[in-house]
Amino acid sequence: MNLPFTIKFEKRVEDIPKWLPAATSIGSVLIAFIVSGIILKIIGGQPLLVLKFFYEATFGSWATFSDTIVKATPLILVGLACAVAFKMKLWNIGAEGQFYIGAFAASLVVLIPMVSPDSPKIVVIGLMMLMGMLGGAIWGFFPGYLKARFQVNEIITTLMLNYVAVLWNNFWIFDKWSDGGFQMTPTFEKNAWLARVTDYAREYSAFIDEGGGLAKFLTSIGLDRISGMTLHVGVAFGIVAAVFMWWIFDRSRWGYEIKLIGDNPKAARYAGLNITRNIVLVMMVSGALAGLAGMSEITGVVHRLQERISPGYGFTGIIVAWLAKLNPFAVIIVAILFGALIVAGRELQPSGLASMLQGIILFMVISSDVLLRYKVKLVRTQTAVEAA
Amino acid sequence: MSETPYAVEMKDIVIRFPGVLANDHVNLTLKQGEIHALLGENGAGKSTLMNALAGLYKPASGIMRVFGETVNFNSPKDAIARGIGMVHQHFMLVPTQTVTENILLGLNEPRFFMKLAEYDQKILALQDQFGLRVDPTAKVWQLSVGEQQRVEILKTLYRGAQILIMDEPTAVLAPQEIDELMKTMRSMVDQGKSIIFISHKLHEVTAVADRVTVLRKGKVTAEGHSMEGLTKRDLARLMVGRGVIFAVEKKPQEPGDVVLSVKDVEAENDKGVPALRKLSLEVRAGEILGIAAIAGNGQSELAEVVTGLRPCTGSVKINGKEVANKPPIVAIKQGMAHVPEDRTGVGSAPNMTITENTIMKCYRENPIGNGWSINFTNARQRARTLKEKYDILAPSVRTMARKLSGGNLQKVILAREISAQPQLMVAVQPTRGLDVGAIESIQTLLLEQREAGTAVLLISEEMEELLALSDRIAVISDGRIMGIVDADKADINEIGLMMTGTAVPAKSMEAAG
Repeated sequence: MNLPFTIKFEKRVEDIPKWLPAATSIGSVLIAFIVSGIILKIIGGQPLLVLKFFYEATFGSWATFSDTIVKATPLILVGLACAVAFKMKLWNIGAEGQFYIGAFAASLVVLIPMVSPDSPKIVVIGLMMLMGMLGGAIWGFFPGYLKARFQVNEIITTLMLNYVAVLWNNFWIFDKWSDGGFQMTPTFEKNAWLARVTDYAREYSAFIDEGGGLAKFLTSIGLDRISGMTLHVGVAFGIVAAVFMWWIFDRSRWGYEIKLIGDNPKAARYAGLNITRNIVLVMMVSGALAGLAGMSEITGVVHRLQERISPGYGFTGIIVAWLAKLNPFAVIIVAILFGALIVAGRELQPSGLASMLQGIILFMVISSDVLLRYKVKLVRTQTAVEAA
Repeated sequence: MSETPYAVEMKDIVIRFPGVLANDHVNLTLKQGEIHALLGENGAGKSTLMNALAGLYKPASGIMRVFGETVNFNSPKDAIARGIGMVHQHFMLVPTQTVTENILLGLNEPRFFMKLAEYDQKILALQDQFGLRVDPTAKVWQLSVGEQQRVEILKTLYRGAQILIMDEPTAVLAPQEIDELMKTMRSMVDQGKSIIFISHKLHEVTAVADRVTVLRKGKVTAEGHSMEGLTKRDLARLMVGRGVIFAVEKKPQEPGDVVLSVKDVEAENDKGVPALRKLSLEVRAGEILGIAAIAGNGQSELAEVVTGLRPCTGSVKINGKEVANKPPIVAIKQGMAHVPEDRTGVGSAPNMTITENTIMKCYRENPIGNGWSINFTNARQRARTLKEKYDILAPSVRTMARKLSGGNLQKVILAREISAQPQLMVAVQPTRGLDVGAIESIQTLLLEQREAGTAVLLISEEMEELLALSDRIAVISDGRIMGIVDADKADINEIGLMMTGTAVPAKSMEAAG
């Protein structure tokens, strides 16, 4: 032992400061970027160039930022879906399936059709939202009920139901509603599209009219390529849902019940809570949020029901919720970061770079937890206490 | 005398934790072949000091000698090599393995083939030597708590321990098991072992120890004092720094109407064995009914049946309303408060704050509950008031429950339950494992409840507590009421007989409700 000091971990006995969890999370993301940079350097890459490219491809301009947000939108909703279940220590691994069933149920509005095809947009979209949430909720209900009633492990049931959901979707898009033999339904009518920036730009020429004051203003803040922006109103669902979930978690009676059951179910039962009902309810709300994400994706991005509408959003949502420490507002930020990683992953070569970064971030954030439970101290080495 | 070195000599031991001086220049000497009691309140630094001796902590300064040789332990292995063995309060056994397997766990012998039958014999021989009876082929999960403790002791003896540190060994035991343990301790010292016995139960210390060292807030207040001539009162004063009033004052009082009425209740325990057999009793307003029973005779199940946590047959009425087999909320709405036996596992949520723990029962109603939302400003205000009133020691009401000491956590639970102004209070082992100061304040709180007209069902294994607090004592054995006696006319021997299931002359019995 030649070091003049030793590193000592001391268990925190006092309350941790409120800012610390956020600080360690941000710090660990920064460290993750640095570590990735070192790895890149070792294998002969140019870290700074990659970082610059990463930035340009994701946050560099309004147009690319819009892409990032589009990818972040389903992640926000799915992240919230996982967060609410995880708060109660219900391990809902089934957000992916709930996402698919949500998309399927929302499509029914158009495909059956449930309302006449020329209904006003607000009716169609409103109904699709309800159906999407209902579909996800039903998909969450089954594992929730089995867990509450028969103590069936929800990890297994939710995971298995993911496959059922994907195959269920495939059956309908291959066999019933296939568009000319392709694994997709025909494109929805415009009244089933979520409002997009690009559509507004085309509809109202003031946005792009070269001489107009609005266009000039937008150009001055760099918003010149507005007509190409695919940002859709689904992100508003995400933000509203996050605010709502924050209120549930931090201000509502139900949120308190969720937290209490999650922390100690025996104490919850002792305090007179109905645990069975709450398990089912939480799984349904979790499913509804994931279902809404599915609805937002098909009405905001692809405009039809098709195969592979999710590149694993349901699973990424688990990571998002975890990294956000189940805080709804942090879910938004983490979802944007992960949306950026998806966008960058398409642009960067080799494409594994983004996944590596994802993995390192996860690793760092999870390890940083130790700082919340322990204080790290540098202790000067004393000459060992020897016998007199 | 002076030639024989001390078995253990600890000198000027200083151990620091963040913000706390856990041991402040502590001295302790253990003579060979003695039982040395280490006495102190919770948090006085007893376990810390012993963990240093067992190699778990390293003192910041100070000297330790074992059999005259200076030692410097870097891990428990070093301590074991010097013949020091610690029997922890929480057992470290593998439930699915046999006694022998548990004892051999982690040792280098046997190497490959277990040869269990051979080792069973060795362990039986060890058992004979010290009078520690437990079937070596039994699986640990089949054993009672007392037997598991014997396995722990055998484990340390098998490893060749000359010095045994026993960390509150009696906390988990039933009264007869405690007697048994004390006999074992005697037989061990007779055969040359030396024992450090950590406890905060004064009568056990006076019963078994040869000498005593008392710690208070990390400092020694009595160093290796001979037990001769020391009374419980002296020890208590050394421990808490002031005289303790042992007889909390109970004012005479006429009980009111029947609040709790239990009739012909039968219930099973967790293993599906009948735990309550046609049990009936009544508790009146302003009365404390004590339940005396040896652990595992149905008293825990009785509390669970009354509080709605366990299904049963028969009838349980609170204020005339049937609550048996109804969800706990029904009984809570009838004014039932419950201080549960397991305060960390049932009575509190470890990762939630004091505030959140104090609103567990009242978050549904004003001023805390407000429609769908909770008014956390009111909740925090209320928690602060309770913290002040019940003298809960914690940095703030934001402190998590798991960071509280046993006594402070119990005060949080009592604060919550009492502030609901209950009509019926079910208190199970409310003072178990607490230090003298906390016991006194909790007993006083229970008596205040009685004066306020609450019906109290008090389940306790501390006979002194039952006698001091109860108006009547119901003695239960094997799920049946053996008799109900007035506490002030109670004869301890008679109660003891009834606890062991012996019928008692009818003259001293009073009819059950």
